[in-house]
Amino acid sequence: METMTIDAKGMHYTPLNRMIREAVASGVKDIVIDNVLGQRFIANGLRGDVRITINGVPGGDLGMFMSGPECIVRGDCEHAPGNTMDNGTIVIHGSAGDAVAHSMRGGRVFVRGNIGYRGGIHMKEYSQKRPVLVIGGTSHAFLGEYMAGGIILVLGIGHETTLEDRGIGSGIHGGEIIIRGDVEDRLLGVGARKVRFTDEDLKRLSPLIKEFCERIEVDPVPFMDTNYTRIVPASSRPFAGKYTWE
Amino acid sequence: MSLGSVPLKYKISIDRDQCMKCMRCVDNCSYGVYRIENDKILIDSRRCTACHRCISMCPRDAISLQEKPVDYRSHPLWTAQAREDIINQARTGKIILAGMGNAMDYPVIFDRLVLDACQVTNPSIDPLREPMELRTYLGKKPARLQFTRDDKGDIELKTELAPNLKLETPIMIGHMSYGAISLNAQLSMAKAVARTGTFMGTGEGGMHESLYPYQNNMIVQVASGRFGVDINYLERGAAIEIKIGQGAKPGIGGHLPGEKVCTDVSCTRMIPLGSDAISPAPHHDIYSIEDLAQLVRSLKEATEWKKPIFVKIAAVHNVAAIAAGIARSSADAVVIDGFRGGTGAAPKVFRDNVGIPIEAAVAAVDQKLNDQGVRNEISVIASGGIRNSADLAKSIALGADAVYIGTASLIALGCRVCGNCYRGLCPWGIATQRPDLVNRIDTDVGAEHVANLIHAWTLELSELMGAAGINSIESLRGNRDRLRGYMLDEGMLNVLKVDPVGA
Repeated sequence: METMTIDAKGMHYTPLNRMIREAVASGVKDIVIDNVLGQRFIANGLRGDVRITINGVPGGDLGMFMSGPECIVRGDCEHAPGNTMDNGTIVIHGSAGDAVAHSMRGGRVFVRGNIGYRGGIHMKEYSQKRPVLVIGGTSHAFLGEYMAGGIILVLGIGHETTLEDRGIGSGIHGGEIIIRGDVEDRLLGVGARKVRFTDEDLKRLSPLIKEFCERIEVDPVPFMDTNYTRIVPASSRPFAGKYTWE
Repeated sequence: MSLGSVPLKYKISIDRDQCMKCMRCVDNCSYGVYRIENDKILIDSRRCTACHRCISMCPRDAISLQEKPVDYRSHPLWTAQAREDIINQARTGKIILAGMGNAMDYPVIFDRLVLDACQVTNPSIDPLREPMELRTYLGKKPARLQFTRDDKGDIELKTELAPNLKLETPIMIGHMSYGAISLNAQLSMAKAVARTGTFMGTGEGGMHESLYPYQNNMIVQVASGRFGVDINYLERGAAIEIKIGQGAKPGIGGHLPGEKVCTDVSCTRMIPLGSDAISPAPHHDIYSIEDLAQLVRSLKEATEWKKPIFVKIAAVHNVAAIAAGIARSSADAVVIDGFRGGTGAAPKVFRDNVGIPIEAAVAAVDQKLNDQGVRNEISVIASGGIRNSADLAKSIALGADAVYIGTASLIALGCRVCGNCYRGLCPWGIATQRPDLVNRIDTDVGAEHVANLIHAWTLELSELMGAAGINSIESLRGNRDRLRGYMLDEGMLNVLKVDPVGA
């Protein structure tokens, strides 16, 4: 497998992305970018079968519109990694800012640490495409707002209570949010509903839990029970009753 | 307690002497006004929307329609509309939705502006025998050009030019999504813009694969719901438009009700069949002008800086300052959508009360960008209520580079502005997904009508320019000296930077 290393020190994002594109086009399957510090848009709209290891802290919109590649971030992320992402994987061995996985349509975003506000906002699914956002730590308010599809899983590692911030799933009309442990009713947004997490759910989700734990090097066994809360839409038509015709 | 019924909106009658019972009215009305009983055509006027489909299809001109056949006690404040809206909301307790653009009787500034023509001192130009330059380039123009001279003395351009859209006429068709309108309506317009050398918008809803042959003439849209958006879609478009707002409903999002999300719409938008397609009010990755710049650059980066990026905003109070911010975001064009812009459905209170007219907005934006010395950084596209070539010429003289038309292009496909788009039963096959209705549009004939309209306005624009002694669209752009205000107040004249008639 061909590997390529890029030193991004002081480099602007456009030439950096051009180098990545050219490398992918020439058949490179493994790219390591060192000294990343705030470069935005890394792997934006990138297609192909390539693994990109990012050493440092990338700027906003990492992997936006990305379709296929895998990005591994050895560090934290700025806002909206996985924005409107189509396919592929982003693994963040740190925390990330606001709007993580915004409008994501497919693929997986794994965050070892915590995320900011509006995580997984307006994620959507269609046919075989079912996006997944897994958060090892906790999240700020409005997790899964306007969610229209896909799965958000929050494990709460290192936190006594997984989620303590409000507005979970406001306006959710598709998909599901799975949260380790209990979630207080007052934290649910308008249109979100708690349901029991069943053995069936555990069976369905255990491959995902296992995979996440393996990727962030944590033992999956303690997470293999039904001590989760599942949050789903109260209706697939949250605004249906709001309007009358002229 | 019953509030009873409100009076009929329209009354349909058939001249029975003229009627030959051909049943075309019965077949054509998708609202169910007509039915046959005992060999007689019966009429239920309450179902009528004044779409004129029956009238236009009646071979004997036997059908007549009367608006407001029942009088209320007249009152200047408590209009019939005011009373009926209250009755509706007393019954339902809900927000009133309505179709098409602003239906309030605000003065139309376009109609208070007159154009100039040459007499004696400078000759007018006859477009028949002299070339008129209507070609318009949308996108960034360099502030200065640098050249190099090679050994042979040939001069080469050194400045790197930003990508521009090349329009043969400054008329484009605005964004009306697949879902809001039918595929045949979109296809007709796509064929028309390809033929006339201009562009149309996809709206937020993705691009149906049958539009791919026309993708070089299509501007793809990225709105807050991000429906149908992936890298393939972005790469297909000739340009990409970020929709921040819409003139018919500034400040709010939209949603396509689940019942309009059929198999094809579901696949184009990439959402499950029958689910609501909700576009939030803001883009949740744009909470500031810096965030907007980030999305603009993100789209450019994803498409390797090959495509112009437009940003569309509704014309609101601070439109000039907002546009000046957008001009600094790397965007290539700003679309200003005035408060008369159309829509499939909008809360009536927004449609009729929020936003400002396009005439004032374009003039203010052009002036602000000039004052700040960034007018070359960004093109200005006016939209929202452009009805004819005069509105087009006046928009350009007020500072627009080009216009988007919407409702006008739908009228070319049969729309009679009945305003019932949201019901999904459009008998003209435009605002509907019902296959039998959609098939009423023959896309080749539809394309011809839309192309005819664009062609006719282009001819008229050339004539207007020729009469004013102008032979290039650049010389009309922002040329307020060729406009005069008729019965406009001083405040408005100052905003428009236009002199009154006689001055």
